[in-house]
Amino acid sequence: MAKNKLVKEREDVVVRFAGDSGDGMQLIGSLFSDSTAFAGNDFATFPDYPSEIRAPQGTIAGVSGFQVHFGHTDIHTSGDKADVLIAMNPASLKANLIWTKSNGIIIVDNTAFIDKGIEKAGYDANPLEDNSLTGYTIVNPPISKMTLEAVKDLGLNNKVALKSKNMFALGVVLYLFNRKLDSVNDFFEVKFKSKPQIIEANKRVLKAGYLYAENVEAINPTYKVKPAPLKKGLYRNITGNIATAWGLMAAAERADRNLFLGSYPITPASEILQELSKNKQFLVKAFQAEDEIAGICSSIGASYAGSLAVTSTSGPGLSLKSEAIGLAIMTELPLVIVNVQRGGPSTGLPTKSEQSDLMQALYGRNGESPCIVMAAGSPSDCFYSAFEASKLALEHMTPVILLTDGSIANGSEIFKIPKVASLDEIIPPIVKANDSDYQPYKRDEKKLSRPWALPGTEGLRHRLGGLEKENITGNVSHNPKNHQLMVELRNEKVERVANYIPKQEVIGNGSGALLVVSWGGTYGVMLTAVEELRKKGMDVDLAHFKYINPLPKNTDEIFSRYKHIVVCELNNGQFIHYLKSKFPQYTYERFSKIQGLPFMVAELEEKFKTILEKNNK
Amino acid sequence: MEAQALKDIPLLTKEDFKSDQMVKWCPGCGDHAILSSVEKVFPQLGIRKEDFVVISGIGCSSRFPYYMNTYGIHGIHGRAAAIASGVKIANTDLSVWVITGDGDSMAIGGNHFIHVIRRNIDLNILLFNNRIYGLTKGQYSPTSPKGIKTKTSPDGTYENPFNTGELVIGAQGSFFARTIDNNPKMMVKVMLEAAKHHGTSVVEILQNCVIFNHNTHELVSSKETKDDNQLQLEHGKPMIFGKNKDKGIICEGVKLKVVKIGENEITEDDILIHDQYSEDPGMHSMLARMAPPLFPMAMGVIRSVKHDTYNDSLDEIIKISKETSPLKTVDDLLASGNTWEI
Repeated sequence: MAKNKLVKEREDVVVRFAGDSGDGMQLIGSLFSDSTAFAGNDFATFPDYPSEIRAPQGTIAGVSGFQVHFGHTDIHTSGDKADVLIAMNPASLKANLIWTKSNGIIIVDNTAFIDKGIEKAGYDANPLEDNSLTGYTIVNPPISKMTLEAVKDLGLNNKVALKSKNMFALGVVLYLFNRKLDSVNDFFEVKFKSKPQIIEANKRVLKAGYLYAENVEAINPTYKVKPAPLKKGLYRNITGNIATAWGLMAAAERADRNLFLGSYPITPASEILQELSKNKQFLVKAFQAEDEIAGICSSIGASYAGSLAVTSTSGPGLSLKSEAIGLAIMTELPLVIVNVQRGGPSTGLPTKSEQSDLMQALYGRNGESPCIVMAAGSPSDCFYSAFEASKLALEHMTPVILLTDGSIANGSEIFKIPKVASLDEIIPPIVKANDSDYQPYKRDEKKLSRPWALPGTEGLRHRLGGLEKENITGNVSHNPKNHQLMVELRNEKVERVANYIPKQEVIGNGSGALLVVSWGGTYGVMLTAVEELRKKGMDVDLAHFKYINPLPKNTDEIFSRYKHIVVCELNNGQFIHYLKSKFPQYTYERFSKIQGLPFMVAELEEKFKTILEKNNK
Repeated sequence: MEAQALKDIPLLTKEDFKSDQMVKWCPGCGDHAILSSVEKVFPQLGIRKEDFVVISGIGCSSRFPYYMNTYGIHGIHGRAAAIASGVKIANTDLSVWVITGDGDSMAIGGNHFIHVIRRNIDLNILLFNNRIYGLTKGQYSPTSPKGIKTKTSPDGTYENPFNTGELVIGAQGSFFARTIDNNPKMMVKVMLEAAKHHGTSVVEILQNCVIFNHNTHELVSSKETKDDNQLQLEHGKPMIFGKNKDKGIICEGVKLKVVKIGENEITEDDILIHDQYSEDPGMHSMLARMAPPLFPMAMGVIRSVKHDTYNDSLDEIIKISKETSPLKTVDDLLASGNTWEI
């Protein structure tokens, strides 16, 4: 039967794995990603998990998902709706059907669709039998039963044996896309090195899934996605949080400084602390502090002592750090604050993504306290953004807030591995011993940065602090005119960073009917939507911002060349508010989404089309 | 190594550590005497003057770094311990001193205070305890005695105060000493011991605020009453005190008791001998808790035990990681694990 199957070519495909949070969906998702890498496709992934570690089994609250988008063309997002959904139980089917294309393939574990499971998921009747799935291609092997069958002579108890059932589903999917089993089998060998029985069980179940798919009529045709025409080089798959940690380490190496991270665990930023904790060979000192405030304060201390100092957090943590950011601004010490945004306010939606900390990053402190604000665009861009944030902090002697978000922090994409030596030089203004010209607040003429004098250095003893500083000497001063001067100098120092960052790029013609403006982690979806419309001949360009404060110098000039500007962001209109205050001469249309979900390419295209049509009338 | 370091360091004096800033504490404030003692201690430590870092939070005592010609940070309220932790972890060669008050360390900074002690980071904490908020002009603090009338407790407080020593020992403290601002000799002696201690050392300095809480430590500080209300602890010596050196501390059951030598057949041999190095914190805690009028206040080094420090442990792990990791550069890390060539 297998030889009669057709193979169809596809440009790109979205596969979504969903199951109970203990079902190992994240694992088979990442194994499928590895296989995708070996197939030479471009791809991006996104995990979607509940904030509870193990919510009640079989309920919607406990559903965990992992989406992979891969293609022959450039892939910038983890995809809108899925072409293939793997649903290990009724709850995961119910929760994910809306994310599946109406003509998609759905692979379910038939064994799990029993009365109890159906009821727990909130279905009135078995969805596999009530015609509610008309239009979809349903593949419904009794996965649990076939898993037990495959390993029955290995002497494993049922509980242990059923742990491999996710591999059955993976086997089906690998067959569906004409993939080999090698990379997954290699993984078993390494992962379960000391447990040969478990290796054997997983291999058998994976193969059972593969063979099942080969024999079942429902899977016809199968699909092939040709390798993507990527630039030559060494590649890997990377999530935003890991890329952030690595970018920081690369910056420390380039700046010849030790890296210090003071941080407190918080979703979805903890992986940065975890990753830096395990890279001590690079003299990284990762300090798990007692709270968010100690995280940043220890970093300020480490910065004073000469480290590339970083603190990482998410929204509520940034709130707690506000006062200390003010101290870093007043003492003019280099500091990188990584804020992995999540849904707010308060505890909000810890595992969902949002762009709603922009105002907090720009203004959330007492007094006149400007600092550099940047936002990373994608998982791999987190590497470069963390590097650049470190460079700006160290060379301009100021805190930098780097905004990423839950989507790009946990999402992954392929990353062309750079050589550290090819990255920009980082030259912090460290003062030499016994420099007779040294004054704590005597500034660099161009950057207005003050010199960095490190404890232990002869002839440079000085005191810093949160009280207002006298210009040049750095002594405590309550002089009214000095205060005004210092406020202006601190502001001007940050403004002048515009002279050291790249000009804003525009994707498209550079002028015309509609400019789409966006920032931060939405880059991939914005680019995809705008490129799709441009392919269809529509007059729409994209300006996606990475540098928020200061804005690139050519921002005003770019805006002036368009008839209409639409600002898209995952909040209630924060960037648009900022742009209105900077450039009030333009009219901006707002497109906000505040559902803890990313933009969909389709909804963006729809919005831009509507704007263009409206303006053509 | 210490001997080598000593040889290379020019002889320092008090003058080396005086800054050019005007000292702005109230006349008669206990802080002046503490500053003078610290200026005497620093030159005796065999540490280069560039290697001292003095860090404070907010409050009267926290102006201290400005008056010391060292490296220093005047931080934000309560956070000195956290800032100092970062300085010390980042550069373990530095001698890091934290200057804090009772409100700064045990109210707003309580969390950092207990955790720095628990981690045993090699810092020296000088805690000025005047049992009042001075800089904000006279509100009660976490060490104010129960019932005290202040601006925010017009009817007297109805909160139990912390006992600094108990808190430090409860937080796994490896060093705790107590001294008083009107006894410079004792201050210098205790600070020298604190500086030599490897780990977090906390020195509680009973300090008088002449404006808002004058004579709060009177029984312990005044000429007339201090001998009967201070127990000067010395390691290996009996716990004897009093104007006539005729009173002592004994342990009866599980409680301490004040006795008179010569009465009820008590002899000097019955008096407890101080063991500051005892790992068991029970006796240290009981000593820290003693207070007039029923007991004398224990002064001097109450507890001094050797525990691993956070900073040394971390440096050791880093050293091993550096030697054993196959990853020598960040390039190695970037190319590690699952990669593929196109």
